[in-house]
Amino acid sequence: MSGPSDFQPTNPALKWIERRLPIMGLMHSSFVVYPTPRNLNYWWTFGAILSMMLGVQILTGVILAMHYTPHADLAFKSVELIVRDVNYGWLLRNIHASGASMFFLAVYIHMFRGLYYGSYKEPREVLWILGVIIYLLMMATGFMGYVLPWGQMSFWGATVITNLFSAVPYFGESIVTLLWGGYSVGNPTLNRFFSLHYLLPFVIAGVVVLHIWALHVAGQNNPTGVEPKTEKDTVPFTPHATIKDLFGTCCFLLFFSWFIFYMPNYLGDADNYIPANPGVTPAHIVPEWYYLPFYAILRSIPNKLAGVVGMFGAIIILAFLPWLDSAKTRSSKYRPLAKQFFWMFVVVCIGLGYLGAQPPEGIYVIVGRILTVCYFAYFLILLPLLSRIEKPRPVPNSIADDVLAKSGAKRATVASAAIALLVAGGLFAGSVQDARADDHGVSPPGLNWSFSGWRGTFDRGALQRGLKVYKEVCSSCHGLSYIAFRNLADAGGPGYSVAQAAAFASDYKIKDGPNDQGEMFERPGRAADYFPSPFPNEQAARAANGGALPPDLSLITKARSYKRGFPTFIFDFFTQYQEQGPDYVAAVLQGYEDKPPAGFTLPEGSFYNRYFPGHAIKMPKPLNDGQVTFDDGSPATVAQYAKDVTTFLMWAAEPHMEARKALGMQVFAFLILLSVLLYFTKKKVWANAH
Amino acid sequence: MLTAWPFISQMNPDASTIAAGAPIEVDLTPIAEGQDIKVFWRGKPIYISHRTKKQIEEAQKVPVASLPDPEPDSARVKPGHDQWLVVIGICTHLGCIPIAHEGAYDGFFCPCHGSVYDTSGRIRQGPAPANLAVPPYAFVSDTKIQIG
Repeated sequence: MSGPSDFQPTNPALKWIERRLPIMGLMHSSFVVYPTPRNLNYWWTFGAILSMMLGVQILTGVILAMHYTPHADLAFKSVELIVRDVNYGWLLRNIHASGASMFFLAVYIHMFRGLYYGSYKEPREVLWILGVIIYLLMMATGFMGYVLPWGQMSFWGATVITNLFSAVPYFGESIVTLLWGGYSVGNPTLNRFFSLHYLLPFVIAGVVVLHIWALHVAGQNNPTGVEPKTEKDTVPFTPHATIKDLFGTCCFLLFFSWFIFYMPNYLGDADNYIPANPGVTPAHIVPEWYYLPFYAILRSIPNKLAGVVGMFGAIIILAFLPWLDSAKTRSSKYRPLAKQFFWMFVVVCIGLGYLGAQPPEGIYVIVGRILTVCYFAYFLILLPLLSRIEKPRPVPNSIADDVLAKSGAKRATVASAAIALLVAGGLFAGSVQDARADDHGVSPPGLNWSFSGWRGTFDRGALQRGLKVYKEVCSSCHGLSYIAFRNLADAGGPGYSVAQAAAFASDYKIKDGPNDQGEMFERPGRAADYFPSPFPNEQAARAANGGALPPDLSLITKARSYKRGFPTFIFDFFTQYQEQGPDYVAAVLQGYEDKPPAGFTLPEGSFYNRYFPGHAIKMPKPLNDGQVTFDDGSPATVAQYAKDVTTFLMWAAEPHMEARKALGMQVFAFLILLSVLLYFTKKKVWANAH
Repeated sequence: MLTAWPFISQMNPDASTIAAGAPIEVDLTPIAEGQDIKVFWRGKPIYISHRTKKQIEEAQKVPVASLPDPEPDSARVKPGHDQWLVVIGICTHLGCIPIAHEGAYDGFFCPCHGSVYDTSGRIRQGPAPANLAVPPYAFVSDTKIQIG
């Protein structure tokens, strides 16, 4: 298709280069005059969206790597410091973390589009297989990237996934040791994952070049599945495809921005805000949503080796698709049976994704097995069978005929399909939350927080009162180690002046040294110092608290969550509800009861708390009426204390939240305006092509 | 082919990791009957349980043939030290850490995928294919063991 270009630059300097390296001619023939079918719908813009996402991930990733420390003792903290101290670090991290999810969402749509329109069929087999390779590389990259923050889910996800290789007969254990570089997941593992996570995106970029090359040799497929025959069937890539892709990308960015600025933790797991601990397994190990269907297949098969083979087989089988489906008609539009089974297959995949997030017991296991069989049956039985027995409807003579036959009627179906897919995606992603923190018996009541919603800001008074409660009550057992005194004067914080923050710091005694005599000494705190922790180490903290470790409170409101259930989590996406953590913390502070209900045996040294998982908490009731006096006349009640200190802790967990939401509004205004402009430009460009 | 070996071999545990994985000694005297402790060896949690009479009996009277991974209790403890069970606390399914004193068999319960082990650390229920591994260890004296 893209033969030698007749592109001739007029500028003598460019002419000189072009004679030696015809790169402008290559660009011109590939992205300007390249003939693209004139009937492509918006599902075809996901190729451009994916290219953009790869660029975004590489750009943000390279920058994050400049600030990140790949060491088991420092990685978790370095990620927090990126978010807190690096200029716009929170933005870069949010883009990169939700970008991974967006990348996978786009790739799934791209793959389902290929499946529906038969884009893998002759002569596009190699193009399709290159796509499967890219997808596999993406999965490896995404998995290793998720390990890097070194939270609980990072660590245990790495443990579970690397252990998959122990199912290999005879060599399994040696392979796993080789992957770990130790006897368990540890610092060497983190280091090599970081190295590979940096490398693989560039490998992906290389395969993407091959993918696009193969695409430009075979030409793009199109919704009719009929190859372009005459000039009338195609339009030049620029401006037609370019402007349409730009508009599609812009709409996708709007969706993406919803996560970056308003729901940065919606797709994440609260447990990953707890630093990795090799001694404690989280109650539910759930992979990121984009792996869930394969995780469900793994768990559905009762034999370990067979489960691992089934999981990898579910991906590898895609590479054989061009030969499994030998039907001559490409597009499912003209295959009445294949079309119906395609949508059933989509439902099976989403169903598997939902099950992957559920605990592996009872009905979930049985349904999981049925769906696993359905998944494989679609490829191994149904598609080969259909290509032999199905009677396809006649396809149009040419693309031009098809475009002329109907104009406008299909737009509605595309839109409704898009909405259906988005809802399904939300369900899919939300199901992760469903599996989280299952063991909370009673859901905490939802409170009204000043910082909730898209315009939420912290109530300065509450922050100042909360700081007082923390200082006078909580700080005797709980650290706040990621907060420095200087933060108290930061914009979007409690609103103290620099001098007030310094004065606050000077009340503290900070250990420093060694001095010239080689001895450690104490000095008054400075603004740059961090809140000192009440205990020198974990053992001392446990010894002083009956064996229980009082957690550091810097991230507590992000590290705690509770089950939202179906369909609440879908509404949460639209209402931007993400205050599970603060709701839970405030509820625990108020959930103490003097007498446990009848039939509940309280272990010695524990206290009954309605909202604490398992109800037996080691922390005695921390707050009592009248314990702390406020200067501003706010009531000295437990409810007031709990709400203020939780607000303060939410700020401690995310000090740049106000900047995030404020920037989000500007970005949305810009993107909406840009989308509208692009839409009308696109309409104008395509006016005579439809 | 051989030129590839250094590039693969470097991935294995390095000298300091191997050195840190040397045998450790554990004193058993502070562990009361019915209690257990968790020690770390080679980054792996190792449960040392001081089993009660009832737990030993439960472990011994199960018909071995009925187990998914048949192994008599006597093969999992050292002769003459029936009360001490030493197992690697890593679920044989996918490597999570089971919780001691939980599950229907009074042994271990894995919270990840629901595997249940008995008082001898043998798999009784759930997806795990094998019993909890017994690490290499020996009694140095009646109250002290060496793991590794």
